[in-house]
Amino acid sequence: MVAPIIELRDVRKSFGPVDVLKGVNLKVYPGQVSALVGDNGAGKSTLIKGLAGVQPYDSGETLIDGSPAHLATPKEASRLGIEVVYQDLALCENLDIVQNMFLGREETHQGTLSNGEMEKHASATLGSLSVRTMKSVRQKVSSLSGGQRQTVAIARAVLQKAKVVILDEPTAALGVAQTEQVLNLVRRLADQGVGVLIISHNLADVFQVADHINVLYLGTMVAQLETKETNNNDVIGYITGLKSVEPSAAGAAR
Amino acid sequence: MTTVPAAPKGQAPATSRFDLGKILLEGRAFLALIVIFVVFTILAPQSYPTVGNILVMASHVSVYAILSIGMLLVILNGGIDLSVGSTLGLSGMVAGFLMQGVKLGGVTLYPAVWVVVVIALAVGALVGLVNGILVARLKVAPFVATLGTLYAVRGLAELMTNGLTFSSLDGDPALGNTGFDWLGFNRILNVPIGVLVMIVVAVLVSLVLNRTVFGRWVYASGGNERAAELSGVPVRRVKVRVYVASGVCAAIAGVILASELTSASPTAGTSYELTAIAAVVIGGAALTGGRGNIRGTLLGAFVIGFLSDGLVIVGVSAYWQTVFTGTVIVLAVLLNAVQYRGRRRAAQNGAGSPPSATAPSTATAGADRTVLEKAAG
Repeated sequence: MVAPIIELRDVRKSFGPVDVLKGVNLKVYPGQVSALVGDNGAGKSTLIKGLAGVQPYDSGETLIDGSPAHLATPKEASRLGIEVVYQDLALCENLDIVQNMFLGREETHQGTLSNGEMEKHASATLGSLSVRTMKSVRQKVSSLSGGQRQTVAIARAVLQKAKVVILDEPTAALGVAQTEQVLNLVRRLADQGVGVLIISHNLADVFQVADHINVLYLGTMVAQLETKETNNNDVIGYITGLKSVEPSAAGAAR
Repeated sequence: MTTVPAAPKGQAPATSRFDLGKILLEGRAFLALIVIFVVFTILAPQSYPTVGNILVMASHVSVYAILSIGMLLVILNGGIDLSVGSTLGLSGMVAGFLMQGVKLGGVTLYPAVWVVVVIALAVGALVGLVNGILVARLKVAPFVATLGTLYAVRGLAELMTNGLTFSSLDGDPALGNTGFDWLGFNRILNVPIGVLVMIVVAVLVSLVLNRTVFGRWVYASGGNERAAELSGVPVRRVKVRVYVASGVCAAIAGVILASELTSASPTAGTSYELTAIAAVVIGGAALTGGRGNIRGTLLGAFVIGFLSDGLVIVGVSAYWQTVFTGTVIVLAVLLNAVQYRGRRRAAQNGAGSPPSATAPSTATAGADRTVLEKAAG
């Protein structure tokens, strides 16, 4: 078995008296797609924000490539190769594709922007992901469809040489054809050796694209399953709390 | 001096690409300028279209234009700076105060003119810094924060002399502090210094906006602040700097105005903040941030300046002047709305699939992808 690129051990987070994460374990492997599912309020977002460095965990261990890391700020997470593609995509509509892909990490030459270089690198990255749906990389993001925006956001993560890409509900607002495109893109991303953690409410998408399925229920990781060895009904059972906690996951539960 | 009449048009700084959309976008401000020029040329053929008058008008415009450039930076970033008129007044007063000599103990110090100018600009930067900290760090709404500084700074300017004007800024050859009027009166190649300063500021800010990381970040955080922040853009630092730049621009305008009038009045620049906002809006910038450029803003400033000076020359009453200016502003904003609506529609047509395409997909998701139905367990 490959070594996990990210490993969370017993992470906890509470907001005042509310325990949102009650000791969660999670592993993400390079070149594989791990899904994180759970009902609203299960703690998915909180778990992700911790990995993104937006909202650090209260306690617990975070191992990246086997060595302990402290993710206190988004910059730090980014430096360690963790990129998050948010549900609302966090793109600037008034800028074009290249400008968005390089936002916050612009390449410069003697204090001025290297627009040509950036355009070349952006095109190359989109090419490596076999993206051919965009007319021009100089298009403004405001003129792109939802699927194209998702693609830009993912390509942005790839451009930053991310080791792990976390996708928050990448297909939530997309039509059928666009969902298909994005899922294919996710698969290609993993094939490049990137560890992918995908959060989704849509189990059909999860079963199509994920290698592992992690189920969060009220702040506890109730199941960590191989996609091949489980089925839709089981996963729904875990998500809704109707199926009891497996013995193997019980350690994480308490 | 054949180059001189071209000076106002030569403002358009070195933004290289010329596509049709951009020309159409700024076309209307340019068109308005041409219409204004033609109309007043017909009404006052002897006095309006002369090189001399155009240069005088341009030097009036330069004060508005420099203010507007600072304002543009703030508006691009998604804010607003209502304090620029007061800052203009205060920095002029500080310059006036320093030109009178500063009593330190028993001695009176007469700083050199360049020192006076630097200190006046520093005062503008300081006001901008206060605005920036209020908005970026203390999260006060830009409108409210700068409204507060509008009053406070104006009050400070009036406190300096109890409302009186510093009327002698000429300096004294014996004291070695002459030359303050150089900014307002001298000309290089017959072009007033104020206009040259405006060109320099415009080119500089344009380069910063189009060629540097800072400029990119100004646009980005004006377009979507959260996205910019998540992308690692130091949005608060950018914001503070934008307000500082606006304060400095206001101070430059203040020094030029004081120099042109060889006097510093504490009420100088009253309501100029509105003129600056008007110029930015006429120039096609969006008050919501993220859209706009220097070229448009300069055109906007010229439209306002050439219009109001033209009305003076033709002899229209001051009250009608404000009515006309107001009408032009409203027309500009109306055209902005039309333009952005058109663009949005174009964007939707151009996109791979219209937003309505998501509706059937959620329907199918509900039908065959039983996602979280309790019944399933």
